[in-house]
Amino acid sequence: MATQAAVNLAGLNRNDYKGAPSTLCQGCGHNSISSQIVAALYELNIVPENVVKFSGIGCSSKSPTYFLSRSFGFNGLHGRMSSLATGALFGDTTLKALGVSGDGDTASIGMGGFKHMVRRNVPMVYIVENNGVYGLTKGQFSATAEKGLELKRQGRNVFGPIDICLEALASSATFVARSFAGDPKQVKEILKAAFSHNGIAVIDIISPCVTFHNKEDSFHSYTWGKAHESPLHDISYVAPRDEIYIEDYEAGTTQEVTLHDGATVVLKKLEKEYDPCNIYDAYRVIEEAEQNRWLLTGIFYIEPDSKTLFDYHNLVKTPLNRLEPEALRPDRKSLDMVMDQYSK
Amino acid sequence: MSQSQPASESVIRRAGKKIVNNFCMTFSTVNGSGSATANTILLKSLFNMGIPVSGKNIFPSNIQGLPTWYSIRLSKDGYLARVEKDDIVVSMNPTTISAEMDFMVPGAALFYADDIKVDVAREDIVLYPMPVRKLIREAEVAPNLRDYVANMVYVGVVAQMIGIDMDVLYQTLDFHFKGKKKAVDSNWAIIEAAAKWAAENLEKRDPYVVERMPDFKDTIMIDGNTASALGSIFGGVQFIGWYPITPASSLAESALEFLPQLRNDPETGKATYAIVQAEDELAAIGMAIGAGWAGLRAMTSTSGPGISLMGEYLGLAYYAEVPVVVWDVQRVGPSTGLPTRTAQGDLTQVHFLSHGDTQFVILLPHDPRECFEFGWKAFDIAERLQTPVMILTDLDIGMNTHMVKRFDYPDQPMDRGKVLWEEDIQKLVDSGLVWGRYKDVDGDGIPYRTLPGNRHPNASYFARGTGHTEMARYSEDPQVWEEGMDRLRKKIDANKHLLPKPVVEKAKGAKFGIIGYGSTDAAIEEARDLLTAAGIPTDYLRIRSIPFHEEVCDFLKEHDRVYVVEQNRDGQMRQLLAMEYSECGGKLIKLSHLDGMPLSATWVRDALLAKEEK
Repeated sequence: MATQAAVNLAGLNRNDYKGAPSTLCQGCGHNSISSQIVAALYELNIVPENVVKFSGIGCSSKSPTYFLSRSFGFNGLHGRMSSLATGALFGDTTLKALGVSGDGDTASIGMGGFKHMVRRNVPMVYIVENNGVYGLTKGQFSATAEKGLELKRQGRNVFGPIDICLEALASSATFVARSFAGDPKQVKEILKAAFSHNGIAVIDIISPCVTFHNKEDSFHSYTWGKAHESPLHDISYVAPRDEIYIEDYEAGTTQEVTLHDGATVVLKKLEKEYDPCNIYDAYRVIEEAEQNRWLLTGIFYIEPDSKTLFDYHNLVKTPLNRLEPEALRPDRKSLDMVMDQYSK
Repeated sequence: MSQSQPASESVIRRAGKKIVNNFCMTFSTVNGSGSATANTILLKSLFNMGIPVSGKNIFPSNIQGLPTWYSIRLSKDGYLARVEKDDIVVSMNPTTISAEMDFMVPGAALFYADDIKVDVAREDIVLYPMPVRKLIREAEVAPNLRDYVANMVYVGVVAQMIGIDMDVLYQTLDFHFKGKKKAVDSNWAIIEAAAKWAAENLEKRDPYVVERMPDFKDTIMIDGNTASALGSIFGGVQFIGWYPITPASSLAESALEFLPQLRNDPETGKATYAIVQAEDELAAIGMAIGAGWAGLRAMTSTSGPGISLMGEYLGLAYYAEVPVVVWDVQRVGPSTGLPTRTAQGDLTQVHFLSHGDTQFVILLPHDPRECFEFGWKAFDIAERLQTPVMILTDLDIGMNTHMVKRFDYPDQPMDRGKVLWEEDIQKLVDSGLVWGRYKDVDGDGIPYRTLPGNRHPNASYFARGTGHTEMARYSEDPQVWEEGMDRLRKKIDANKHLLPKPVVEKAKGAKFGIIGYGSTDAAIEEARDLLTAAGIPTDYLRIRSIPFHEEVCDFLKEHDRVYVVEQNRDGQMRQLLAMEYSECGGKLIKLSHLDGMPLSATWVRDALLAKEEK
């Protein structure tokens, strides 16, 4: 008999978190992110049936079929993941939501919906797989493409890029991070922290397009990213049940943030003083990185105890989609009472 | 102008003969001046005297300052469609008074604020100037409230002059302000003073009077948007995503008002529903479709421009088989059009919505009572068929107050459709069966669905707007595509018995048929009586849903010619009927008209007779 595969605390092995084989290009940054989603959820012991997946349209939006096949999912319309997920999550607010979008889907066609979803603080991990290019339609500029970028058939991009993290911050986001698909460990740690956050968690992941946009000198390429990635901090996610063990860092060089479910994210500061609970710091470092052409990664901002959309709705405890007809149809007396109001 | 100007002889002659409970009054005011309360008090007082009555608000797209009209029709015989001529005009607006005279019948009465300069070219109308400013001054109303109660002057004067029972008027006012003493007293003081002034100073020289009739039984006065909201609530609505738009806004707002009273858990006070005001109509329908997919009774309410934006999403809901209910309170398009006027111009848009082959179930209520009934039924239909259900009303139904029978409590239990939970999936597993989201196991075209939150490991599926197999897997296979689309067609066609049937009324010796739908019903019914009186009996079929029932086909076969009466330019229902029943296309005659005003019976009769003469 073969040795039994390792299982997590939920009694599941890694295969229980897998999806259909990817049909994206070999080496696509998105595939690496999918792997880290599987790893993060496995390590977090989250049962796939407790997760619901959403996406829009584009290469990134195809990826939710490539992980968590035991989770429900909805691949909706281009740019409209935000509204679809907002409505769907009212069905059962105990579900953990994961959305995967792209830079075209979020920063162009879906920008309005994205910002409103962020503003409402819908509890969802919102990943933008950002490669600065439209892949499925074969290589057009996206709104996150850097100024001066040249693409075959497109010529030179003359407009400045939209920064998804800044847009999220400006819309009152409660968790904002940036990572790089070429840094899988950091992707995973940020994902774990994001799943422990009760509210919208926007993660802009630079995810190179190996087919249409992987030039060595370009912001969204592996080569450039690997050479220029500048992490704000080392991130360690500590699950709620684990004792926090911090390596022997110099005093004052680490910061712990306790997340909603009791987990802790330990941030080891690298070069500068940085407080991820301070929104002014967040704006500052993102702007600095932009000016200096750094691929700055890390958790820019966390507001751990924010109210979510659902907190404002005062819903019954039973998931709404399990309510019986008697809870949904008022009785005859109620109708009589209403009719009386209109009888004179 | 002096109030003692002699009325022409014909007027005095007519005045000798009373016209009782059968005339139309139009109140011309300035938008935002609080005239709605005054008009409602008059309308409801007449209703409370047992007189059949309808009120139609003709208002501008404006918050304050532009002219607005309110017409009240009294009809002892119960005809409540709009009429085009006024018997009484009350003018509080100097800018429109000369135009209003064009609509007054000979012998009509004109009440007007006496600070308005009236240049009367007509000698056949009776003038009643009202000292509005003087009465307000004397009534010692707080200066900030003067404008709001000014309209109560005409309530008092008109009530006195046509003979509204003052006790009924007071009770109506008291009911309207829910017994709030301060509001009732301040308004009543004006009404009483104005009535007293009229009794002492005005001599009745017009023929229009009201008399009490037997009290109505089981009858209410309500607008269609409130009725639609109530229908949705008694249908168990759980999620409303909406975006403000005239004339639909008051539908979601009524739901917002009634849901906490009717649908919070009695023990915990917690909500069994959620309403979200979205950032636009794209998001409103997106949220509703998301909620429908997750198993909630979900809806949105909008008007034509919103429907235009919702097209793509509704195509997704049709193809991914997501139940959702969409209310379209129609106004005049294209474009922004006449946003505060009524129309039936969205029919073909809704029918053909979205790219590719689609099919949308359409319900067509004709009054608030049907709005309530279709409101709760729509969720049963949407969840049974796993498809969007579109309910088309219009500004006239939605925003005007109508007299209807009290609503009947739903006479069928809720139908949540084919949904599998954990134990259902386990039973399938135990019997060695495999569930597939889009498998037609019952042969009725309707598959079984599961809902997010179902924790059985075999329950999940990946919903998508892309081509998919019976097992909900991505597919570009030609045969799979065609079979899937054929099943979608079958799903609705084979189950159309679930939709409201047409109402057919036949007359002995009818020469031809009339087809109508929605709010034009009142004008058509009255026109039929006018035609019968002229020796032309007609048959009538009122369509209440699409796809069409067999009765529609039978009706077409039974008649040599059928007039299709509707409120749009192109005869949209006629177009759909001619497409569906191409063999009968030649029999179908367009009788459509759109100027933003509700149809009148005389227009229907005259337009029809003109075509008959050809």
